Amino acid sequence: MPDFVMSYLGSTVTPGEAGNQFWALMYVLIIFAGVSTAVICMNWIERKALAHFQVRLGPMRVGPHGLLQPFADALKLMLKEDIIPAEADQFVFWVAPLIGLLAAFTVYTVIPFGPSQAVSDMNIGILFMLGVSSLGVLGIVVAGWASNSHYPLIGALRSSAQMVSYEVAMGLAVVSAILMTSLNASGTGTLSMIGIVQAQQQQGVWFIFKFFPLGFIGFLIFAIAMIAETNRAPFDMAEAESELTAGYHTEYSGLRWSLFMLAEYAAMIAVSSIAVTLWLGGWMRPFPNLLNAPAWDFIFSLFPGLTFLGLTAITFVGVARMPAQSFFKIQRIGLAVFAALLGFIALLLLVIAVAGRSADGRLLARFSEGIDYVYWFVLKVAVFMYLFIWYRATWPRYRFDQLMRVGWKVLLPISLGVLVVTAIVGVLVS
Amino acid sequence: MNPALNSGLNSALNSGMAPVATPWFFYALAGLAVASGLAVITRRNAVHSALALIVTLLSVAGLYLMLYAPFVAGVQIIVYAGGIMVLFLFVIMLVNIERASKERRFNSIWPVGLAAACALMALFVSAFVKGRALFPDRMMTLPESSNTQQIATMLYGEVGPKGQYSIGQYTLAFEIASLLLLVAILGAVIMTKKKI
Repeated sequence: MPDFVMSYLGSTVTPGEAGNQFWALMYVLIIFAGVSTAVICMNWIERKALAHFQVRLGPMRVGPHGLLQPFADALKLMLKEDIIPAEADQFVFWVAPLIGLLAAFTVYTVIPFGPSQAVSDMNIGILFMLGVSSLGVLGIVVAGWASNSHYPLIGALRSSAQMVSYEVAMGLAVVSAILMTSLNASGTGTLSMIGIVQAQQQQGVWFIFKFFPLGFIGFLIFAIAMIAETNRAPFDMAEAESELTAGYHTEYSGLRWSLFMLAEYAAMIAVSSIAVTLWLGGWMRPFPNLLNAPAWDFIFSLFPGLTFLGLTAITFVGVARMPAQSFFKIQRIGLAVFAALLGFIALLLLVIAVAGRSADGRLLARFSEGIDYVYWFVLKVAVFMYLFIWYRATWPRYRFDQLMRVGWKVLLPISLGVLVVTAIVGVLVS
Repeated sequence: MNPALNSGLNSALNSGMAPVATPWFFYALAGLAVASGLAVITRRNAVHSALALIVTLLSVAGLYLMLYAPFVAGVQIIVYAGGIMVLFLFVIMLVNIERASKERRFNSIWPVGLAAACALMALFVSAFVKGRALFPDRMMTLPESSNTQQIATMLYGEVGPKGQYSIGQYTLAFEIASLLLLVAILGAVIMTKKKI
């Protein structure tokens, strides 16, 4: 068994391709834990950022700067009574949140955090992702129907109409990006998520800048469609609280409601990763071909550690700015401990980066490389997650007919046009 | 599919080695497909039937994966489980299920259904018995790039040196299927547009 476990560590393919079940399972567990943690962090950041957009403080009471608020929320949701309406369809009501959650998390098997940092590299990767994430709408539709109540039903109908319409434009934008993979020297296209990033590396350009502005328009269409696809503001018609109370999950409470929230945020991360993989170079650091000297490699490998060092500094500033009253003593100590933890992580990352580049130890070098890949991928996804909050704070909600008009009369023709022009330009160039 | 994996697959098939997915997966998926398929026709509630149908479609997609046809599996999930079933549910939700389930059907369609099911069953059994003769061994285990060309040749026939077409192996069946699609498209247009 240890031999089986150790033998994978030197390999350069995903555990799925190497046929190593142990590491595939490990990756699944790591991704599951990582995504759940990211959702918790996102919860706090969203509440804080939204509050600051509206010149409020946001959560401040539970822990220093409300840092423990997500945990308090989670505890509350777990202890809260879970009501199933008497007139609801019991079984379907029970199974609906699970469908959404399953669809949102299954997608993560093919997301490439690095050239070998994925559970598996399917040759139909992007097709699989689009297919499985389109199953998420079933959870919403079924939840709305099973609640046997008016608001959820209207929310579910809106949501299914909206997601089906925006899927078309989304798919066409994705196809135009996939077309670009086939226009490299070898001449073969690929649907594999890892293959798409490698094609960008081979061609020396992120697809967002390829055939400018064609790649950029395709990316923009996807970026709009993915907000509609995840039912986020300004396209959150399915849960428009001013008209539908809470939309499709009006009748849900407690743990089951929190599963819907978990699925929504997991789906947001998933679609952001599709955008990053297809247009923003996936795990690649900036300028991997232009600045490819070992010195540049070393400088860029310091970034993860430096990021955490920056976070540490910000947190220590927060400690210093705490009011000097005895009432805030415990909060102050707590924040200082948190800052020390961040500093420790920063130190660890820096040590690994330095040791990995200087020593010839293969495992450590590989580990350090892996950290770089995951860092750049997560950083790009984090930008999208911040954009999701920014949109929500900035734009008013669309009306339903406006939403449909944008989907069918604006995005669909443009994405068709981009697809055709990309194909023509690709043939002319190559 | 990358070349290394493809050659590995070919050698695995040629040497008669068992593929990675064991028979256990096949029996689990097939059992799930049959069980949920039975649930589709036995449930009185239309939404429950639709959910069972989704499970059937997904397990059939799993079977396609086991047959080394990942693209068909992906399309099965996108088109059927993702697209068509959402529209099914959309329509079902607009029907008053309580009343619809109590209403008596005037025309009895089950003999027709039984006959169709028996015919399909006979087709499957004959394909199972005469499968070796009908589908030559490993016709499809070609390199990925020439696979599509092979399918096109079988469907449309060979293109001669002067551009003339010959009838392919499956041209007639293909044309019948496309005629069926054409009829469906025309029907959809006529039903949505009262005046043409």
